[in-house]
Amino acid sequence: MALLRIEKLTKAYGGLVAVDSVDFKIYEGQIKALIGPNGAGKTTIFNLITGMEKPDDGETFFNEQGITGLKPHQIARLGISRTFQNIQLFGEMTVLENVMVGRHPRTKAEFFASAFRLPPVGREEKAIAEDSFELAKFIGIVSKAQTLAKNLSHGERRLLEIARALATEPEIILLDEPAAGLNDRETGELGELIYRIRDKGITVFLVEHNMGLVMEISDEVVVLDHGKKIAEGPPLLIQEDEQVIEAYLGKEIEHA
Amino acid sequence: MQVKNSGILKKYIPLAVFSLAIFLLPVYISNYEMKTLIFVGINAIVAMGLCLLMGYAGQISIGHAAFYGIGAYASAIITTTYGLSVWIGFLAAILLSGLVALLIGMPSLRLKGHYLAMATLGFGEIMYVFFVEMDQLTGGTEGILSIPPLSIGKFAFTTSKQIYYVVWIIAILLLIVALNVIHSRVGRALRAVHGSEIAAQAMGVNTSKYKIQIFVLSAVYAGIAGSLYAHFVNFINPSPFTLNFSIILVIIVVVGGMSSIWGALVGSFVMTLLPEYLRVFQEYNLIIYALILMSVMIFMPSGLVPGFFNLVNQFKQKEGIWRFLESKN
Repeated sequence: MALLRIEKLTKAYGGLVAVDSVDFKIYEGQIKALIGPNGAGKTTIFNLITGMEKPDDGETFFNEQGITGLKPHQIARLGISRTFQNIQLFGEMTVLENVMVGRHPRTKAEFFASAFRLPPVGREEKAIAEDSFELAKFIGIVSKAQTLAKNLSHGERRLLEIARALATEPEIILLDEPAAGLNDRETGELGELIYRIRDKGITVFLVEHNMGLVMEISDEVVVLDHGKKIAEGPPLLIQEDEQVIEAYLGKEIEHA
Repeated sequence: MQVKNSGILKKYIPLAVFSLAIFLLPVYISNYEMKTLIFVGINAIVAMGLCLLMGYAGQISIGHAAFYGIGAYASAIITTTYGLSVWIGFLAAILLSGLVALLIGMPSLRLKGHYLAMATLGFGEIMYVFFVEMDQLTGGTEGILSIPPLSIGKFAFTTSKQIYYVVWIIAILLLIVALNVIHSRVGRALRAVHGSEIAAQAMGVNTSKYKIQIFVLSAVYAGIAGSLYAHFVNFINPSPFTLNFSIILVIIVVVGGMSSIWGALVGSFVMTLLPEYLRVFQEYNLIIYALILMSVMIFMPSGLVPGFFNLVNQFKQKEGIWRFLESKN
């Protein structure tokens, strides 16, 4: 049974079909990558899965339950979390607080109880802080716990996005270009981190341009071009696939 | 587990110091000054609510004077026309202002963008007309006279000192409620919405629900202040509940610094006391407000309270560099 299954997912902006009847499955425990040239519709697929945009056609199933049309916060509650290509941190909050927001869907204190700080609220707050601290440690940014997110380096911001997403206790995490702007050492560490996330039992689905990273860590790769799926399979086969090579490098000139 | 709990200390020390100062102040000041400070307290209650909305939910209300008015009229009508107890009036002020905010907030806060500002601007004007024209209910421009003072059993709060303590005890309780909300799961969710709405949603935050809740809370603060005002001055008419006051409230929050609830308090002191001490220029009140707003925006764009802490931090950093250089020598 697939953990996440998308069927004939389609999204058009005016005349431009950004995602054209795409389907694929992601199985539990996989590291799966979604690649394709710029403008192929990769981020749109992330937005469709997480409910940030509504598909024109097609459906998404999570644990065989239809989630198309649910609101983003409902989808997050179900166990799908994500990071953003253009980093979306809460800049005026500290690193720890950013991660603490991620604990939101797994905690309960509502408005009234919080306003009067009823006893369970205090206990829950403590647990939220401790869990978030553990995650900051796991991701390796604990030394910056009290730093405002806006004052972090680019690499640290990418890590914090991942920590925050993990705090929601997802079954699957969607990473949107996690290696963008990272140097080689940071990219290597990111690869290690993705393995460690998978080892926690979390399925990983990533959009990435760094082919070295993708080919090294992915179990399977989906290739998108002009909104259409043109290939799917293990990295070694994808590298050999003619259509993929064509999409990236253009058609080989026929020699006379 | 060594999670730093400095947040708790940061939260309670200023609160204790502030409460003590408020408690002791009446010993040193005149009756007239105490009356002014009662108004500071009433304004501070409205401003704290508005600050929660502006600073923590990133939304603006340009009609908070109307909720203040609803609280005042609800209290006044219940206690005079219907002759019921002041505490029922107080409760009615809370319920009515909250309910009306819910009705306005539900449609306008589900939309992205600043539709709430538009909706509250219109609402404020409508309520003003309502207060003036519905004279059977509100007494029209004449207003409502002989509103009873707050009382517990047979004991009525009538002297300035008594009212001062009632108003400020309520203000401090509401400050604690506001601090609790800010330093909670809900408060973090709201600040997250302010930082990045889509990221907040991706973290499972139901953004429109929290925005509506905080708007209702901020209207309830205004309603409470309105009720206190009515029982303090014992007479109300529509004139304090205009667009003008709504805008002054926004200025109070901006001048104090909307990223801190303390900003609302400092803003209320500054914006209520300054015109009071500059009475000679009374006709130029609006110009004075504008000048204060402009100078704060130019020199401390984040407001007085956050601006002050920025200065302190800068000073500390300079000192740090100085010590570092000394240790090198």
